[in-house]
Parts: sequence; C-alpha cells; structure tokens
Amino acid sequence: MDFTFWDILDNLLVGLQWTVALSLTAFVGGGLIGLLVMVLRISDNGFARGFARAYIELFQGTPLLMQLFMVFFGVALLGVDISPWLAAAIALTLFTSAYLAEIWRGCVESIPGGQWEASASLALNPYEQLRHVILPQALRIAVAPTVGFSVQVIKGTAVTSIIGFTELTKTGGMLANATFEPFTVYGLVALGYFGLCYPLSLSARYLERRLHAAS
Amino acid sequence: MAYQFDFLPVLHNADLLLRGALFTLELTAIGTLLGVSLGIVGAVVRAWQIRPFAAIFGVYVELIRNTPFLVQLFFIFFGLPSLGLQISEWQAAVLAMVINLGAYSTEIIRAGIQAIPRGQLEAAAALAMTRFEAFRHVVLLPALGKVWPALSSQIIIVMLGSAVCSQIATEELSFAANFIQSRNFRAFETYTLTTLIYLVMALLIRQLLNWLGRRYIARNR
Repeated sequence: MDFTFWDILDNLLVGLQWTVALSLTAFVGGGLIGLLVMVLRISDNGFARGFARAYIELFQGTPLLMQLFMVFFGVALLGVDISPWLAAAIALTLFTSAYLAEIWRGCVESIPGGQWEASASLALNPYEQLRHVILPQALRIAVAPTVGFSVQVIKGTAVTSIIGFTELTKTGGMLANATFEPFTVYGLVALGYFGLCYPLSLSARYLERRLHAAS
Repeated sequence: MAYQFDFLPVLHNADLLLRGALFTLELTAIGTLLGVSLGIVGAVVRAWQIRPFAAIFGVYVELIRNTPFLVQLFFIFFGLPSLGLQISEWQAAVLAMVINLGAYSTEIIRAGIQAIPRGQLEAAAALAMTRFEAFRHVVLLPALGKVWPALSSQIIIVMLGSAVCSQIATEELSFAANFIQSRNFRAFETYTLTTLIYLVMALLIRQLLNWLGRRYIARNR
C-alpha cells in the first residue's frame, strides 16, 4: 500500500488527538491527586508529610518509562487485563500529580505565614483557612508554573508509545516503517508536539512576566 | 490464585543490571559534560546577544524544549541515516542527550549570567584581569553557582530520560531490564528492581552534584 503525504498527515492527526486526550486526562486527574498530595505535604501530621514526600521523591526520582512498566505489569498481576490506554492514563496521572504537588507546595509556602495566623484568628478551621484565604492567593502565583508544566505532561505522553498506546509517536513509528521516510515522518511528529507545546510555553512566559509586573 | 513474587530470577542476572546501570551512568557523564559545555556557549551567546548566533540558539532552544526527548532520539537515529549520516545506537543516544541538555542548560545558565551586574565586568577590567580571567571568575563561576540547583535537577532529568534509549537498542539499564524480563517472564519484579536502581542513581548523582557545587562552584560566588 502506498502512502501519499496527505495519508501520512491524516494518520498523524488521528494520533495527535490521542496525545491530546491523554494529556488532558493526566492533567485533570493529576491536578486532583496533586492537590491532595500537596495538602498532605504541608499538613501538621508527620506521617502524612513523610508519605507525601516519599511519593513525590519516588515519581520525580525514577524514569517515567519505569513507572509505565510498573503500572502496566503491576495491574496485570492482580489478574485484571489492562489496556495500554488505561496503563498510560494511570501512570501519567500519578507522574503529573507528584510534580504538581511539589509546584503548588512552593506557591502555598510563598504566602506569608501571617495570612494563616490572621485567618485562624477569624475562627476559620485549617481547611477553611486553606480554601478561602491561602489558595486564592497561591492560585495567582501558581498559574504560570502550572501552564509551564503542562508542556512536560504533553511531552511525557510520547513515552506511552513504548507500551503500545497508539498516540502521535507510535503512529509516527508505524508510518516510518511503512513508508521508509523516517526523516519526513519524525519531522512531522516533532512539529505536531511543537504545535501543542510552544503556545503553552509562550503563555507560561507571558503569565510569569505579567505576575512579576503586577507585584 | 495469589501471585507469588519471586525476585531470585532477577537477582541471578544482577550482573546484567549492573552493567546496564554503569552504561547509563557513562552516557549521562558524557552527555552532561558535552551538554553543559554547549549550554555555556549558548548562554553566553544568548545573554550578550551575539549576532547571528543568538537567534540561532533561540530557535534551537525552543525547538528542543517543546518536543519530546523520545522523538528527538528517533529523529536522530532513524531520520539522519536517510540523509546519509550513519551513527550507532550509543552515539545517537549521546547525541540526543547532548542536544537535549544543551538546550535546557542554555536557558538555565543564561538566567545566571543575566543576574550578574554589568559593573562586575567593569570592576574586573579595572583590576587588570584579562578577558578570559574576568569571564571565568566574574561571569561563569558565579553564574553557575546561582543556577547550580536547577542545573543539577536538569542533569538528573536527562539521566532518567535516557531510559527510553532502550528503544533504539542502546544497551543501558532499561535495555538490560527488558532483556531480563523477556527471558524469565518476571516483568514486575525486574522493573521494580530496575526502578529502585534508577532511584538510587538519582539520589547519588544529586549528592555528587551538591558536593561538586560546594567544592568547586559555589565557593567562588
């Protein structure tokens, strides 16, 4: 079967959609779990803090590829059949959550301690202090690095091609084998990622500059 | 039936894992030396706006930082030969690591150089330092000192990222793991042990870089 340039492009665009879907899933799921891990990381409970610290160290200190393999083969041990999509989504969500927890911890800790004390003196409980006083202020600082990190999530999805999830890189690999035009195909694949990531990088930089200008 | 964990078949192949780990460290060492050197050149060119290289490095940095390492690796290993440039697996792995780290360290070190006040260079000139002495003692080492933690993190990220080099059959740690699990079918045990080895390597490299920073870089601040 012969592939024209448009056939290649057409197939790559399908792969690109899966890359976007996986990125969004990991980012939303990772955000929710990351928020939880961040709360544990700053809690007064030593055990919770230690757990969150180990969790973050584990995901930041090991390759994403190994995390993927662990989920893929680990869940299979439980006797559950796991699709590459599910393994990719779980592993990338956990990976994202660890990084976001650490980024957001920095933002929360940059809020002056007096804000906690002031809200405590208003008889807010620790949850209310975080929810109504600290987080709204931390959010402003957190936007730029969070957008910046989304680029790492999108790039991370490329590794899921190795466990057989057919996203952009995997599609590119199959097309390169079928067409014997690896230079063109991988060039287009790189362009696809660049098209997704570059606008995010630019907005992260813009947001950061605006934040510094405001403060 | 509950799964019986068995790490013995993996431990029988400990020598393969060890050899793989050493090769990963070797790749990382070469990649770091060349990559950070490239980053220093890029940072100077970018910080001092040396034309036309500043623009070239600008495009290079954006291209690399906004595409996945795995795709860069495939592009180098599968794409370049079609242009008539044949390279081996480990050469492709090192080249990809150097190009990748070069882009990130350009940005990191540039931030350090830009944080140094202009007056410092003028003061160095007033002290009759040669241009090279001034660059080394007044610009480069203080700049590296300022960004050393960020640079260390990036080096570790590159080391961990090199796990995907197994996909082009570079015989590093994850390649050894793939080989072992394909023989003993103990995938989970093999990858658990391999993950732990990566974790230990990351912690050791962090300690080593902290020590190097204290010993040779930060004291010049």
